[in-house]
Amino acid sequence: MGDHTMRAYDAELERLAQTITRMGGLAESQLDQAIGALVGRDSDLAARVVAGDRQIDDLEHEVQNLTVRLLALRQPMAIDLRAIVAALRISSDLERIGDYAANVAKRALVLNRIPVVEPVGAIPRMGRVVAEIIREVLDAYVESDADKALAAWRRDEEVDEMHTSLFRELITYMMEDPRNITACTHLMFIAKNIERIGDHATNVAETIHFLVRGTPIEGDRPKADGIAPPPEAEEEIP
Amino acid sequence: MNVASKPALGQATLDDRRLAKVSARDVDVFYGAKQALKSVSIDIRPNEVTALIGPSGCGKSTFLRCLNRMNDLIESCRVVGSIWLDGEDIYTSGLDPVQLRARVGMVFQKPNPFPKTIYDNVAYGPRIHGLSRSRAELDEIVMTSLEKAGLIDEVKDRLQEQGTGLSGGQQQRLCIARAIAVSPEVILMDEPCSALDPIATAKVEELIDELRQRYTIVIVTHSMQQAARVSQRTGFFHLGELVECGETEQIFTNPRHKLTQGYITGRFG
Repeated sequence: MGDHTMRAYDAELERLAQTITRMGGLAESQLDQAIGALVGRDSDLAARVVAGDRQIDDLEHEVQNLTVRLLALRQPMAIDLRAIVAALRISSDLERIGDYAANVAKRALVLNRIPVVEPVGAIPRMGRVVAEIIREVLDAYVESDADKALAAWRRDEEVDEMHTSLFRELITYMMEDPRNITACTHLMFIAKNIERIGDHATNVAETIHFLVRGTPIEGDRPKADGIAPPPEAEEEIP
Repeated sequence: MNVASKPALGQATLDDRRLAKVSARDVDVFYGAKQALKSVSIDIRPNEVTALIGPSGCGKSTFLRCLNRMNDLIESCRVVGSIWLDGEDIYTSGLDPVQLRARVGMVFQKPNPFPKTIYDNVAYGPRIHGLSRSRAELDEIVMTSLEKAGLIDEVKDRLQEQGTGLSGGQQQRLCIARAIAVSPEVILMDEPCSALDPIATAKVEELIDELRQRYTIVIVTHSMQQAARVSQRTGFFHLGELVECGETEQIFTNPRHKLTQGYITGRFG
């Protein structure tokens, strides 16, 4: 990526890439910790995750400032232009990932005050897969590896399948005992949040492919809709 | 003699070269013993702006000057290969270069109006080519040319003033008016804005876009942004070869050749 005649240009592009990598690392750890807070019923940790979202938002602003500056001062072309546009898009996906992770943590705070329900066990499995996808996507970004991005992109199907089966399981629990409804509804939203995080990670993978190859990923996005999930709801705590 | 060189990446040539306005095949140019162009093949499509870019000394201006035989004027210069205008070879012995240059006009880097009045600058070409039968007809040609060049409002009350008294940007548009006064089919522009300020540059670029309706334009430019702004197709030259040619958007967003990528992103090694 280096080698510009103007070395300051290289330095600015490098800083942009580093900011994205930092954002990605933070988003990934926010998700890990949110799930940790849920599983360990750790309200302190959950509160830290909620507060930590601010950092990701700040980095997103930094990415925006850097990209505007680069566009204004450098008139980027070709790979540089794609790198800058990609950074802008990736940062907004990562920012959303951060928001969803914070929302998982907020729901963990609520769940920690009521009795445990069983399907909690499936959530960390799903969370682990999504965290792995994020890690793979970030590796693909750092290494400018379109194939790695493509491989991570394909894994989103696993997440969708897990989400669908968790959804069914939660419905069963709610039918068994209406006292489970509050907890299960929160878990359902948590699962949905994690599934959405997977979608944003998939977006990032698509952007990386565009960044490296200059073309979008061919073919349809992998989707495994066993049953139609409920219509997209506002994912705020009711 | 013909250095075997790889064809340019992208779509430099059409399947049927007769469909091109200007068609070059295997063009070599030598200045004495030095080869300045190596087997360049490209088709310039009608009513499009084709930009030629590349580092200094890459041969883009040399190629441009082949298209209206301006290289004939250089003693040591020899052109090999074939160049067609509307399907006719422009290097056949019977062809009058002066007539050719009326069909293929040229605008240079530095505005070079004649030391004559604004009116006479534009009227010069039509006069020597005998394009008008009366004073009224000549007036008409001068006024429409100035209008097409976007200069009429600025000079209509001072047609008898010296052309050299205009500002740089106005002089360049005067040169464009002079070029189009003889109703050319193709206009060659060799860095037409490099001596102009940004506003004059914007005016000339706007003009280029309008002129495209009537003329086929080939522009050599060092400004990549300018090539990106005004052209539909772009060819990248390097060390006398046409390395890559394609739609401007593709060249500037996703060039295929490493050299093109290196040049347009400013990391030339």
